[in-house]
Amino acid sequence: MDLLQRFASGDPAAFEELFRQHQKQVYTWIMRIVRDSAVAEDLTVETFWRIHRFRAQFKPDGNFSAWSHRIATNVALDHLRKSRREVELPENLVAPATADPAATSETRDRIREAFRHLPAKYRLVATLALIQEEPYEKIAAAADISVSLVKVRVFRAVRLLRKQLSPLMEKTGAPS
Amino acid sequence: MIHKTRTGNDDSEELKQLLQQNLPPLQDHDLELRRDLWPRLKQRLDQEDVHDLAPRQSLRIPWFDWALAALAAAALILFPGVIPALLYHF
Repeated sequence: MDLLQRFASGDPAAFEELFRQHQKQVYTWIMRIVRDSAVAEDLTVETFWRIHRFRAQFKPDGNFSAWSHRIATNVALDHLRKSRREVELPENLVAPATADPAATSETRDRIREAFRHLPAKYRLVATLALIQEEPYEKIAAAADISVSLVKVRVFRAVRLLRKQLSPLMEKTGAPS
Repeated sequence: MIHKTRTGNDDSEELKQLLQQNLPPLQDHDLELRRDLWPRLKQRLDQEDVHDLAPRQSLRIPWFDWALAALAAAALILFPGVIPALLYHF
């Protein structure tokens, strides 16, 4: 019996092996969404807990990596929903040393605030598409939605962000 | 300045530029997992096992229920004539 079949039938050793093979990928994906290492660790554990809990639903001839990414995206989305009004993007990751030195803390605060007010499903696609520049196809597969819906959500997120950030965009002289 | 004849793509590109100046994409070193998460997951799964066992223990049938069931079964075997009467009442 191969690893995925053993996992689906509830073999704990197979689950541990899959965890060790995929934990970095799952963590990296969640990190791209939440941009906070402590939160990403918690959500990675939560993702694998759900994977373990719903193992019977996994088809052994399926793609474990794609399945785990979908669960990870749902876990991250749940976190964004819960934290919408509580947690800001962490300061240390908002402006690492590679950031444009001309960017002021006021600009960063305004952007953080604008992101915080986005509905979770828009914040998810905006972070992945506009900041991390992930391909729409990859976002669609992970969020279990169509590419067209990803485009619609990016468009709406842009509209909402633009509404809040337009004074900044004029001030910073971004091309129009 | 912002023109009235902007397209969605213009909006998107302009905003992307502003965001990336202030929220640059995470690099490989930011995305590195710094520790093995298996011990934390294992601990959570072990806790779940303990919680799963608890309801099973609470569902254990007390000895006197078994005794009562045995008594009823013995009565039916010794006095089979009561079976039609019980069926009639049910």
